Amino acid sequence: MSTLLEVKNLKKYFKVPAGTLHAVDDVSFQIETGTTMGVVGESGCGKSTLGRTLIHLLPPTEGQILLDGKSITNVKKRQLHTLRKNMQMIFQDPFSSLNPRMSVSQAIGEPLQIYGLVKNKQELDRRVRETMDTVGLAARLADSYPHELDGGRRQRIGIARALVLQPRFIVCDEPVSALDVSIQAQILNLMQDLQRENGYTYLFITHDLSVVRHISDEICVMYLGKVVEHSPAKELFQHCCHPYTKALLSAIPIPNIDVKRERFLLKGEITSPIDPKPGCRFAARCSYATEACRQESPELRELSPNHFCACHHPLM
Amino acid sequence: MREKLLKVSDLVVHYELENEVVEAVNGVSFEMDRGETLGIVGETGAGKTTLALSIMRLVPEPPGRVVQGTVALDGENVLSMAKREIRQIRGKKVSMIFQDPMTSLNPVQTVGNQIMEVIKLHENCSAAEAVIRATEMLERVGIPGERFNEYPHQFSGGMRQRVVIAIALACSPELLIADEPTTALDVTIQAQILDMMRRLKDDLNTSMIMITHDLGVVAETCDKVAIMYAGELVEYGTVEQIFHRPKHPYTVGLFRSLPSLDKDVDRLQPIPGLMPDPTKLPNHCSFYDRCEEACDDCLQREPPVVEPEPGHTVRCCRCSGGERREAME
Amino acid sequence: MAKRITPATERAARIAAKERSTSPVSPAKAAWRRLRRNKAAMAAGVVIVILLICAVFPAQLAPYGFDEQNYAVAFTAPYKEYPLGTDNLGRDILSRIIWGSRMSLIIGIVSVVVGLLLGGILGAVAAFYGGRVDDVIMRVMDVFLAIPNMLLALGIAASLGTGLWNLLLAIAISNVPRFARIVRSSVMTNKSMEFVEAATAIGASNGRLIFKHLLPNSLAPIIVQGTIGIASGILCACGLSFLGLGIQPPTAEWGMMLSSARQYIRSNWWMVTFPGITIMLAIGCFNLLGDGLRDALDPRMKG
Repeated sequence: MSTLLEVKNLKKYFKVPAGTLHAVDDVSFQIETGTTMGVVGESGCGKSTLGRTLIHLLPPTEGQILLDGKSITNVKKRQLHTLRKNMQMIFQDPFSSLNPRMSVSQAIGEPLQIYGLVKNKQELDRRVRETMDTVGLAARLADSYPHELDGGRRQRIGIARALVLQPRFIVCDEPVSALDVSIQAQILNLMQDLQRENGYTYLFITHDLSVVRHISDEICVMYLGKVVEHSPAKELFQHCCHPYTKALLSAIPIPNIDVKRERFLLKGEITSPIDPKPGCRFAARCSYATEACRQESPELRELSPNHFCACHHPLM
Repeated sequence: MREKLLKVSDLVVHYELENEVVEAVNGVSFEMDRGETLGIVGETGAGKTTLALSIMRLVPEPPGRVVQGTVALDGENVLSMAKREIRQIRGKKVSMIFQDPMTSLNPVQTVGNQIMEVIKLHENCSAAEAVIRATEMLERVGIPGERFNEYPHQFSGGMRQRVVIAIALACSPELLIADEPTTALDVTIQAQILDMMRRLKDDLNTSMIMITHDLGVVAETCDKVAIMYAGELVEYGTVEQIFHRPKHPYTVGLFRSLPSLDKDVDRLQPIPGLMPDPTKLPNHCSFYDRCEEACDDCLQREPPVVEPEPGHTVRCCRCSGGERREAME
Repeated sequence: MAKRITPATERAARIAAKERSTSPVSPAKAAWRRLRRNKAAMAAGVVIVILLICAVFPAQLAPYGFDEQNYAVAFTAPYKEYPLGTDNLGRDILSRIIWGSRMSLIIGIVSVVVGLLLGGILGAVAAFYGGRVDDVIMRVMDVFLAIPNMLLALGIAASLGTGLWNLLLAIAISNVPRFARIVRSSVMTNKSMEFVEAATAIGASNGRLIFKHLLPNSLAPIIVQGTIGIASGILCACGLSFLGLGIQPPTAEWGMMLSSARQYIRSNWWMVTFPGITIMLAIGCFNLLGDGLRDALDPRMKG
């Protein structure tokens, strides 16, 4: 296996009236070709900003992004255009992410036209139909408009649009969180099948831990712009090391009435990522926090092979 | 013996639009005892919210219309009450929490005043007394009393939902209807809110209807569960019955399609297809098209309601008797 | 579950049977269907079509020429040969109204189109680029907005002189800031939608973003305001002509007809009544159609 995408000390700050918002703060990781990296966190933790920065929808403030070992951080407009072909995104809201005035085939065909990948109308139609078939959209829907379709089908259009360019890396920003469970399962299966057949590499952003466990090979847990824990998926659910991960895990309602879990309720609410104070960002809500946590920001350390945790007092 | 707290019988609610009729609730019947928590589970468009709104008689008319059925609260039919009587019940006997804490508070009034308003409306008490009770209520939902005079925008999402709950419970209603109260919140906040709701419910001895699409939330909060599909109650029973011995193919499918947190599953098992369009419901079982166990019989008639064990009802042609259980094993 | 048949379900079934089609419905087609069900707007549409026909073929439709004078029949009350009567110069009022529709509609439509093109481009650019560009464009527009429409047109007409072209220019310019605002706010709303970001992610250029994704989705309020703008353009032109700053005699124009008839208002009622009713009808119908379009294009009614 080879590394497809590498992120080194990536930072993305926004200037807001109240100060500087540290949306993504010093994040580093690698994603192997053909695998899925899950990114979990609560709203405001910077997971969506991370995804958008990786595919250049937002320019990074600092740090490096490498695709196939080549830096793609400060590319020119022309190079960016070619780059986009290799990096695509699936959006969260299947209702607002499709242009209501474009039919299904127009929406899926648009990327092909932009990149001039088809010579004529016949070839365009053929490619669109193939892609629709791949994502499980019936050919008769080609001339339908988004408002006539349900959320699941719309999300399939979003997936088809991302796939039609045959990218290597796809950022999936909460692709199933707007869908009902029975439809959610259909879409997750589709995405897994596509990965197995075509070797796509996913960055899968979600707040749903059971979804991320199901689909990911590795998981990053983010809190206020920082990666607090990073490990193989199974490992994270067996022994998590960061107190935040533990709280997150114990907070998910499990659809099983026989499991009575020990609750690990967090105090307070998420603090602001605007001009954060030094020290661990989780300290204010952490029951293990000590003076050291409030003084010094913990580094991401490798506690066991491939299991990284940024905490002064990891739970082992 | 006292009357059942809530008895809904054969309720049918339609939304009559200009060129189509949305059949939102189709012949729903159930009963609720005092102190119970009932979970109503279903997908988007299954009619959960409409059902809840009709218990409060809050379905907007028009376009909404109650075609038939009764909603008896303490033996009195809510649907035939005068407007004035209904207003006395809302907030006092039944109250409701909506999904979005951002829009369900009045942005130009302090949170304290909004809690006081309900108290003054329903309880015969002085302003000073109302202030004391409102502050008490704020503290009960975990907000310091000093924040009485703050405005909703000064609160975070989770805190606002606490305020909404404080308003709903201010007059200790007998029934609290919570429509997806935690869907808009993060998991750690959801855990806090659910924990608090459970506690308050026990303290105030309130019954609760919890509307949700999350079976996990049901497992943690409810005693009874009703599964809704295309405007019908397809299965009803205790949490234990539904989670351990689900009978309706839809319920079974729901459980199967969930990704698990502790088991490794290579592929999920989704329910194929889609819920039928509520403006074009079929004349036979509405789950027929998606059902793996459908038979010719299912096309011939409406599914009967059967009771495989006491208190557990299923609306399915294949669930009469032991036939299905063998098919499962 | 057996369907419950109510009067409403029956009506819905009837409509569904009438409109049954297996072919997909584009948003425009769906809006047209909704508009067709709005009786008031459809009636207004019919009147507007009649006015348009009058404007295109006045020579064929009008019984007399617009400047055909016949002193012998001056001040004739409506009767068979002159259904709406004649004026002080013995000209047929019906013919002059028909000829006048040409002027009024040209002014109404052209001023809206020009105002929309200029205002639309300015508004779209301001919304798309934002920041400094937005500030400069919109502050200039604000200055224009601070001057009442009629006054602005009056000033332009007074300084450039009278005549059709100056009148057109005056009304078009006074329309620009209004359309710039509408287009800007509409584009701003759509700009924050995910589908625009999605288009950026597949590598769409700025031009493509504006013309394929933003503008087509901002059309609804523009069409509505444009229709209502035609009405106010007609009114503005009539007003200016009434004041003698618009179309000059002998050309037929509704506002001018009113103006020249006002001295005879006590003795010859038909001279003011019929042009007045025509203006009212034309403006009322454009406004009604505009309201109907708003309801039909409103995305909340999507179905």
